[in-house]
Amino acid sequence: MEKSRRSFLKIAGVAALGLGAKPAIDVLAAGGGTQEPEPALVRGPQAMTAQQWAMVIDTRKLKTSGDLEPLIEACHKIHNVPKMPKKNHEIKWIWEDEYGHVFPNLHAEFVDESVEHRPFLALCNHCENPPCVRVCPTQATFKNSQGIVTMDMHRCIGCRFCMAACPYGARSFNFFNPEPYIEHVNKEYPRRMKGVVEKCNFCAERLAVGKMPACVEASNGAMAFGDLYDPESEVREWIRSNYTIRRKQNLGTSPSVYYII
Amino acid sequence: MLELTIKGSKRYTIWVLILLAVIGVGMGTYLWQFQEGLGITGLSRDVSWGFYIAQLTFLVGVAASAVMVVLPYYLHNYKAFGRVTILGEFLAIPSVLMCLLFVLVDLGQPMRMLNVIFYPTPRSVLFWDMVVLNGYLFLNLIIGWNVLEAERNQVAPPKWVKPLIYLSIPWAVSIHTVTAFLYAGLPGRGFWMTAIMAPRFLSSAFAAGPSLLILLCLLIRKISKFDPGREQIQSLAKIVTYAIMLNVFFLLCEVFTVFYSQIPEHMDHFKYLFVGLKGHGALIPWMWTSMSLMVFAIIMLLIPSVRRNEKTLAIACVAIFIGTWIDKGLGLISAGFVPNPLHHVNEYIPTVPEIMITIGVYAIGALVLTLLYKMAISIKEEVAAA
Repeated sequence: MEKSRRSFLKIAGVAALGLGAKPAIDVLAAGGGTQEPEPALVRGPQAMTAQQWAMVIDTRKLKTSGDLEPLIEACHKIHNVPKMPKKNHEIKWIWEDEYGHVFPNLHAEFVDESVEHRPFLALCNHCENPPCVRVCPTQATFKNSQGIVTMDMHRCIGCRFCMAACPYGARSFNFFNPEPYIEHVNKEYPRRMKGVVEKCNFCAERLAVGKMPACVEASNGAMAFGDLYDPESEVREWIRSNYTIRRKQNLGTSPSVYYII
Repeated sequence: MLELTIKGSKRYTIWVLILLAVIGVGMGTYLWQFQEGLGITGLSRDVSWGFYIAQLTFLVGVAASAVMVVLPYYLHNYKAFGRVTILGEFLAIPSVLMCLLFVLVDLGQPMRMLNVIFYPTPRSVLFWDMVVLNGYLFLNLIIGWNVLEAERNQVAPPKWVKPLIYLSIPWAVSIHTVTAFLYAGLPGRGFWMTAIMAPRFLSSAFAAGPSLLILLCLLIRKISKFDPGREQIQSLAKIVTYAIMLNVFFLLCEVFTVFYSQIPEHMDHFKYLFVGLKGHGALIPWMWTSMSLMVFAIIMLLIPSVRRNEKTLAIACVAIFIGTWIDKGLGLISAGFVPNPLHHVNEYIPTVPEIMITIGVYAIGALVLTLLYKMAISIKEEVAAA
């Protein structure tokens, strides 16, 4: 277990995640102690970096469930997200819901017809001020140096305080061992065990090797991704030229996912 | 002193054996949960905390029994309570122990429990809850044990115990406050986001804890030679009366703010509990029972003759205990998750294995309480006989 975890880290280039992955490395260091050299933190040559990764979803270009399905599939397939038989135990990183549910505080009886019937994507907002990180008693969920709210699956004790704290319902819990419910295992990404929480990681493992997040790649230009604090980035360009909204902005969490309506 | 717990009447032995059997069943069920995962409970993605965490919340309140006898005795020199402080402290110990066990059985990865200590995180309220609960457990153990031992030897308790006793008073307030802060500081959970959460926890605690203590005092008088005393029970009854009235008052304050402001995020949870929401309302009968029991108890306790009669007092105490249990142990936690942050209504109903594990933890608490009370009462009898 220890061995495979270690080799996974090396192969997948998690080291390239940069300093953000430090807690994971600490766990390994504590468990090691043999002749093997300590894993080093080296950024890969293709790694993309940002001060705060952010996403803009142009909901005008994603009109039907059929438009959303391939990008939800792409994410869940790459990340070994299981299809649990019971809805209670559902695990989802990115999913579809209606306007009034994704933006419950903007819900109105009478709205623009196209908005009313348009499917909306919901996912972790990688908040700049994340309540889930604030409440985690072990720092198993943390904000990395690139602004991604990510998780150390080997440290999580499964207390689910983060699930109570997240105002966006973005977190899922492994009520059972997910292994039997993964349709096609992707060996490039780790599977989880029972009893830990998981959620969208903004494809940190892909950014580390110079690839865009899976959903963005599959969106045919309906989503932009980039550094929120780089005025030249695509996300900033989209935000500059379109009116955007964010989920439950009034809570002060500062979500990094923007929606063009 | 532990030797006193080994020998006892036949009735005592049978009771202990029954508790051990129940604990065995609970432990067996827990091993199943440990093996399979929390999926065997009624918990879900939407209602991610349920029965276990609710019991923690309720039992933190029962632990308050100690401070309600310790404070009048040590700070106000109310001598009568000297006779029963040990009963309060020894009720607090199993209560806090059960709290900690309920956190444990709720963890998805209990083997990693010590990560909370290996990676201490002061910004997490759960870290502080661990600190105050463990602290309160050890304070009561050390204080209770030393005071009882001194009583047995008929000497004054060691001097160093006094500062610990004084410390235990604000510490008791901290366990409710910190536990309330687990919920009260979460954005997007309108039901819990209220500044009166901690005061509500305190008021319900000061009603539920001493109520149980009164019932235990009455039981002890019946089955042992030690009489906790009529005056003691009556003083506790007055504390319970004030506390339960405050508890209902605080709840009504909440109802006013929520319904007069008409903010849906805050209102919907109350609606779910008391009248149902979008056709869901599993807890409606329970919540109205809880309200009726509390109001019924207030009316009873306010009539002096009813309060002074120990039989009717016992009925009021049972009503309060059940009423506050429904409120905290059933309603408060799951209603915070219904509706969920996306305003979908998914209800939570605990499963049979979940209830069996819960009963198992309660049996552990009952066993520890039995052993501690056996020890304390044997010593009281011993001292009285000498």
